[in-house]
Amino acid sequence: MQKTNKTLWQLLRSTGGALLLVLAAIPAWASYDVNIPPPATPISTQIYGLHMHILWICVVIFVIVFGAMFYSIFKFRKSKGAVADVNFHESTLIEIIWTFIPFVILIAIAVPATKTVLDMKDTSNPDMTIKVTGFQWGWRYDYSADEVGFYSNLATPWNQIGQPGEPATEKKGDEYLLEVDNPLVVPVGKRVRLLVTSNDVIHGWYVPQLGINQYGIPGFIKDVWFTADKAGTFKGQCSQICGKLHGYMPITVIVKTEADYAKWLEEAKGKWSTKVAVAAAAAAPEEDVSKKYSMAELKTMGEKVYAANCIACHQPTGKGMPPAFPPLAGSKVVLASADQQINVVLNGRPGTAMQSFARLSNTDIASVITFTKNSFGNSTGTLVQPADVKAARK
Amino acid sequence: MANAATDTLAHAATHGHAHGHDVPGGLAGHDDHHDHKGPWTRIFTTTNHKDIGSMYLWFAFFMFFVGGGMALAIRAELFQPGLQIVHPEMFNSLTTVHALIMIFGAVMPAFVGFANWLVPMQIGAADMAFPRMNNWSFWIMIPAAVLLFGSFFVPGGAAASGWTLYPPLVTQSGIGTDMTILAIHLLGASSIMGSINIITTILNLRAPGMTLMRMPLFCWTWLITAYLLIATMPVLAGAVTMLLTDRHFGTSFFNAAGGGDPTMFMHIFWFFGHPEVYILILPAFGIVSQIIPAFARKPLFGYASMVYATASIAILSFIVWGHHMFTVGMPAAGQLFFMFATMLIAVPTGVKIFNWISTMWRGSLTFETPMLFCIGFLCMFTLGGFSGLVLSIVAVDITLHNTYYVVAHFHYVLFPGAIWGLTAGVYFWLPKFTGKMYNEKLGKLHFWISAIAFNVTFFPQHFLGLAGMPRRIPDYALQYTEWNQISTIGAFLLGFSQLIFLYNIVTTIRSGEKAKDKQWEGADSLEWTHLPSPVPYHTFETAPVLK
Repeated sequence: MQKTNKTLWQLLRSTGGALLLVLAAIPAWASYDVNIPPPATPISTQIYGLHMHILWICVVIFVIVFGAMFYSIFKFRKSKGAVADVNFHESTLIEIIWTFIPFVILIAIAVPATKTVLDMKDTSNPDMTIKVTGFQWGWRYDYSADEVGFYSNLATPWNQIGQPGEPATEKKGDEYLLEVDNPLVVPVGKRVRLLVTSNDVIHGWYVPQLGINQYGIPGFIKDVWFTADKAGTFKGQCSQICGKLHGYMPITVIVKTEADYAKWLEEAKGKWSTKVAVAAAAAAPEEDVSKKYSMAELKTMGEKVYAANCIACHQPTGKGMPPAFPPLAGSKVVLASADQQINVVLNGRPGTAMQSFARLSNTDIASVITFTKNSFGNSTGTLVQPADVKAARK
Repeated sequence: MANAATDTLAHAATHGHAHGHDVPGGLAGHDDHHDHKGPWTRIFTTTNHKDIGSMYLWFAFFMFFVGGGMALAIRAELFQPGLQIVHPEMFNSLTTVHALIMIFGAVMPAFVGFANWLVPMQIGAADMAFPRMNNWSFWIMIPAAVLLFGSFFVPGGAAASGWTLYPPLVTQSGIGTDMTILAIHLLGASSIMGSINIITTILNLRAPGMTLMRMPLFCWTWLITAYLLIATMPVLAGAVTMLLTDRHFGTSFFNAAGGGDPTMFMHIFWFFGHPEVYILILPAFGIVSQIIPAFARKPLFGYASMVYATASIAILSFIVWGHHMFTVGMPAAGQLFFMFATMLIAVPTGVKIFNWISTMWRGSLTFETPMLFCIGFLCMFTLGGFSGLVLSIVAVDITLHNTYYVVAHFHYVLFPGAIWGLTAGVYFWLPKFTGKMYNEKLGKLHFWISAIAFNVTFFPQHFLGLAGMPRRIPDYALQYTEWNQISTIGAFLLGFSQLIFLYNIVTTIRSGEKAKDKQWEGADSLEWTHLPSPVPYHTFETAPVLK
């Protein structure tokens, strides 16, 4: 027995040692966050406080329960001559006590917890309302009262991410996977109500520092609210699995002072107005639908559009990842007439991951279609001009 | 009391069926030769509860390693940020099928395996009440497993929507999802048949004098679990059938555009899903409740309150499903109701923990492998209970829902809970099943490596979740790198340490030392007090008389 223990101990020691070595090898700059990030709204401050409150209650119970357990383990060992007290197997009094005490503890937790729930659910009297729409795989924000709306997509380039067999070619930036092209911007100190929904599958709009985690459910609108205490940038991600690129739809919220917000809003109205008349002109301010581009121009522009919108599924090689994400190289639709492909890009394919890209400008769609028709070994020689796309829009 | 009926039922059921030769791989030994069928015929046609119990246990063990392999693929991908090993779509399939296999393929069949072996012996019955159905409920699982594995190789790949199969995401996937739905139907039918069998056996085949309140706790927890299964499996079957018709037959149960509601699926799913969580833990409570008294050498503390606590947990499990859905945007009244109901579960669960500790109190403790796993169960399950309490608070859940905190929480209750409960059970009853003693040194080694590796794997996941890392993502922001690396190292150690378990079982069966009839001094249920080791192929053909 003595010998057994010794070998066992040696083995434990060597595994433990190996583990320590690995831990020590992790660089000193490493981040070892162990708690909820600093709260930035009254609600998330309450959440932080509640969590600490419960954590400490748990720690106290832990000490008592584990204390009793380890006391028995060390005190009542047969090897130390302990003799079992076989009559100690029932006590109504003790049982009543240890049923009653947890009740009291639970009430001590439930009271503040209830208050926070009621505060969270009170979405009345907002200063402003923004509609948040999830889609595969990004977000759209609509400031309905100001008639501004825009898309917010992952800004991390795919060559920082890499894929199996093809390691990333670029060093990962500090904001890796948490950066977006167009962040949500709100003013500080204002009561902001979000109407959360989705275009396709269920998504989760999750920004821990704002105390919000809300499913966007297609066909339904749910509301939540927050008031940011201070200016700053707050990060989050989609929290509900929503398909292939679930891990690649981050959220960035920038809280600005009122003056900076007003300035931003003016710019946004110029770029992203949803007013029907303005939108038509502003969709692509410099877009001249009647312009005829050359093949080289279309391909150069199209390659950029492809990299921003298509590459994740159809891949840099155009070979896709069949069967979920079909190849474009040699594809029937791509090799066929322009109309068919314009139709797919504008309307998507219902029931598949191919969404509608109608939000892109006519020039973008024309160029990306031309690019795919004349790349990846496809050589149709077909040119698609912005006017063709415009004509196909209903 | 039910003696006459008991004997006829059990005898009619067992006589005249296949009892063949020994089958390699640990099927029960036998002492009589009614007929001489070959090993394969015996495997397919056996109606003996010990044979079927072994088949269930081996099936579960195999699935445990398959599901574990998937978990290691997941952890390997998460060793560093970026995509290295699997594509995101495959990653989603791995998380989905890992969960389905571990729940429906490993833990539930393993519990049914133990029920098959132990329930008849512990209540003094000759066999299960419906031996042919018993055979059928095992064999129906094989096509289900084939469908699940096969779904990886069809166009579109395996289901990739998470094991919760939420629409509309699940309607986007290919035929792999239909195969998964069919597999769930088969596994559900198997569970329902198993449950009917267990309930009937316990209620009708007890030996004279074996009153309900004298039954070993393992029988009690299984009786209650079986009721949970019968109540919830049809609900799951309904939910996945609606998915199937939404996918292929134009219905719109869960499609808002057709007047349906995706949230309704969540309600139906979790009405099944929450009781399911207790289905995965109650039989383990039963196992632990038998092992701790055996090594404390005194009776279980508060037997009656243990039975009542188990029943209370089961009843409460039907009214807490909404806590999986705090982020769908339910009204404050709904959130509060589900929060209070969920918090209440802490009371009966606490009673159980206190009872187990009091069983050890003033005992005469020894620490053989089964006891070590039970103490590990007690420690880790308590931690999982704490994180469960944290998650029950709506506001805190909002910030932790669908993060790694939740992953850590349910692995704390399921790995040391369900899996260690089962592991303890295997070490405890292996001498009885096989008549041979396992290697204690290896058993202890298995425990200590598992205990360390488990915590290295899952404790850091609490930190990841608190810091905001969502679950089911193949790639993550740089700030999460360190804890993920530690977690992956732990996972590989944990996975490979289970090979010690496999090796120990196989060498025990092949060349273990002879076990005593009453291997454990403090064990007091009928299989230890009334039967030799190994147990004969047929036991209690005449019911024992208990005073």
